[in-house]
Amino acid sequence: AQVTPVAGGDVWSGVWVIIEYTNGKVAPVSWELLGEGRKLADAIGCGLSGVITGYQVENVIPEAFAYGAEKVYVIDHPILKDYRSEPYAEAITGLVKKYQPEIILMGATSMGRDVFPAIATKLQTGLTADCTVLGIDPETKLLQQTRPAFGGNIMATILCRTSRPQMATVRPRVMAMPERVDGRAGELIQEEFTLEEENFRTKILEFISSDARSAFLDKAEIIVAVGLGIAAKRNMVIAEELAEVLGGTIAGTRGAVEAGWLTHDQQVGQSGVTVRPKVYIAIGISGAIQHLVGMETSDFIIAINNDPEAAILKVANYGIVGDLFQVVPALTAEFKKRLQHGVAN
Amino acid sequence: MNFVVCLKQVPDTSEVRIDPATNTLMREGVPSIINPYDAHGLEEAIRLKEKVGGKVTIVSMGPPQAKDALKKAMTYGADRAILLSDRAFGGSDSLATAYILSMALQKIHETEPIDVVFAGKEAIDGDTAQTGPGIAQRLGFPQLTYVIKVRELTETTITVERKTESGRQVVQAQLPALLTVEKELNDLRYATLPNMMKAATYEPEVWDVNSLPFDTKQMGLKGSPTSVSRIFAPPGRSGGEIMDAMKDPSGVAATVVQKIFQQNIIMVSPLAKGGKR
Ligand SMILES: Cc1cc2nc3c(=O)[nH]c(=O)nc-3n(C[C@H](O)[C@H](O)[C@H](O)COP(=O)(O)OP(=O)(O)OC[C@H]3O[C@@H](n4cnc5c(N)ncnc54)[C@H](O)[C@@H]3O)c2cc1C
Ligand SMILES: Cc1cc2nc3c(=O)[nH]c(=O)nc-3n(C[C@H](O)[C@H](O)[C@H](O)COP(=O)(O)OP(=O)(O)OC[C@H]3O[C@@H](n4cnc5c(N)ncnc54)[C@H](O)[C@@H]3O)c2cc1C
Repeated sequence: AQVTPVAGGDVWSGVWVIIEYTNGKVAPVSWELLGEGRKLADAIGCGLSGVITGYQVENVIPEAFAYGAEKVYVIDHPILKDYRSEPYAEAITGLVKKYQPEIILMGATSMGRDVFPAIATKLQTGLTADCTVLGIDPETKLLQQTRPAFGGNIMATILCRTSRPQMATVRPRVMAMPERVDGRAGELIQEEFTLEEENFRTKILEFISSDARSAFLDKAEIIVAVGLGIAAKRNMVIAEELAEVLGGTIAGTRGAVEAGWLTHDQQVGQSGVTVRPKVYIAIGISGAIQHLVGMETSDFIIAINNDPEAAILKVANYGIVGDLFQVVPALTAEFKKRLQHGVAN
Repeated sequence: MNFVVCLKQVPDTSEVRIDPATNTLMREGVPSIINPYDAHGLEEAIRLKEKVGGKVTIVSMGPPQAKDALKKAMTYGADRAILLSDRAFGGSDSLATAYILSMALQKIHETEPIDVVFAGKEAIDGDTAQTGPGIAQRLGFPQLTYVIKVRELTETTITVERKTESGRQVVQAQLPALLTVEKELNDLRYATLPNMMKAATYEPEVWDVNSLPFDTKQMGLKGSPTSVSRIFAPPGRSGGEIMDAMKDPSGVAATVVQKIFQQNIIMVSPLAKGGKR
């Protein structure tokens, strides 16, 4: 492929993953991307690096090696303590210009979707949003970036032929978590960076944490999801009892959110959260494409719907055709019986 | 104060048509609406104008029929609407789209200095969420994405609440600034009769590739670093077992739960402990 690099004649090489570290926590999608980045780097025949930006990030470095980075670039600066677009974009752009990676990946989180477009614009390069599949073209070695568009109705594979680096944000929980090998070491590159507060025009005044349960919906292991079939807010108790017995988290469709039975953070789907729990129980959900894109990579799906034609039944491992007002309480009772007595069979 | 709203006309159904030759979107025949997030940006701009005075200008890039979206937007109380329309703009990716829009905003800024730009969180068709930040970056304005509340607007600053995965960030930015907005930001108003009458005779200005000193190498399919190489239907997940629970719900429930435990899909011990959440 003819490549017109940002700076003429330069060599762009290596796969980078930007590790998202905020409020003392690493977003797990960063590790998922190191796993995926490994495959891409192997297919190209190049190295895999992690990039950590933030303040007091020392304890993240061994983790990045443990999840597969060969090299770790660090920018540790008090200005980067809390996430803001401007200093983060400036720091990462500076690093990219200096070391010229061929591919940079980051989670399609609120942070990734904020900082990556700013960086891509500074670098005048292409950016693909919200990817769910990545691959390398065996001939051209170009990054094949596949993403849903039009509310999930179509999938598109995007290429960035004419500029470098190739940049993509990737949805959390669509790539597998790689194995963690503690004690693995690699090359550490600490960058000294001048970042001046007076160059930045935003100030964080306050942070208001939200309800931890729905905030971590994307990490829930068991999800009990409701749709308009539940018919009224007072019927939510049917789902809540099942969730209680299973230790699961309540979520649902946009229909249920718009009806006021759930908050927006509890919405699964295209315009909500993508989830990948071990078990997803869909109660009175029709299975609109915009809902399916957010949950169909769940490990195991159980759906209860009284319409045998409902689309949700076609993606379910167990599709139960029946009245939710009878089936769900019966399921709850059965689960309760077994879980309380500790008998599996 | 001067407010600018970036507003995109988008297809209102999930019906999608693609030109197989160029892999670009065919808009003909698909009913169109104002991108829902942009409507909330417009609403907020009008609210702020009502509070502090000033002017609301809407800017859109699209084919000639995008005028309809602009006329509709005028019924809510905007003051001016500009449509950027030219074949040379077609096929632009988000980098090129942001370039074209930023050139128009720059032009407006020269005569009517902009205080706040509103864009949607994302467009429901291309849904990259990249155009807003791209414009901010090019204009050198600070960007505030995922805004769910405007707390305060002063002569020199804007303070907003932004949504993140773990909570709300309250951020203050110096003006001029660009916001990308969520639907929670506000409730939409209805068009008023006087505004509807004003809009009925209003003709949006149309700017083409010659209206501004554009660098044509930065636009269209050729000026876009990303390209769609393939479009396909999302892979369907193959279905599993369908069970009819119309007659015997309890019996079927018992069977399902038994199978789930037999296959270790849910295990007894960890859950028994985690049951209280
Ligand atoms: C751009 C865009 C983005 C969107 N984003 C999302 C998104 O992120 N998430 C999302 O969920 N949706 C989203 N939607 C909306 C989506 O298209 C659907 O409208 C929505 O998912 C439907 O919600 P539902 O399944 O709860 O309701 P319905 O489609 O009304 O389904 C209710 C189901 O309950 C069943 N039912 C009724 N009574 C019973 C009973 N007694 N027992 C058993 N079953 C019963 C019915 O058979 C039916 O299948 C989006 C739409 C657009 C256009
Ligand atoms: C299937 C498909 C996949 C695509 N994938 C990518 C991709 O991964 N990367 C990429 O760079 N491009 C991609 N594109 C191209 C992209 O959709 C277009 O560049 C589009 O013009 C702008 O992006 P968007 O629709 O994603 O808007 P967004 O960036 O999601 O829009 C955000 C906001 O920007 C403003 N805005 C956007 N467009 C306009 C406009 N024309 N007029 C006025 N305001 C506007 C609105 O306020 C809107 O709410 C894709 C296109 C298709 C058809």
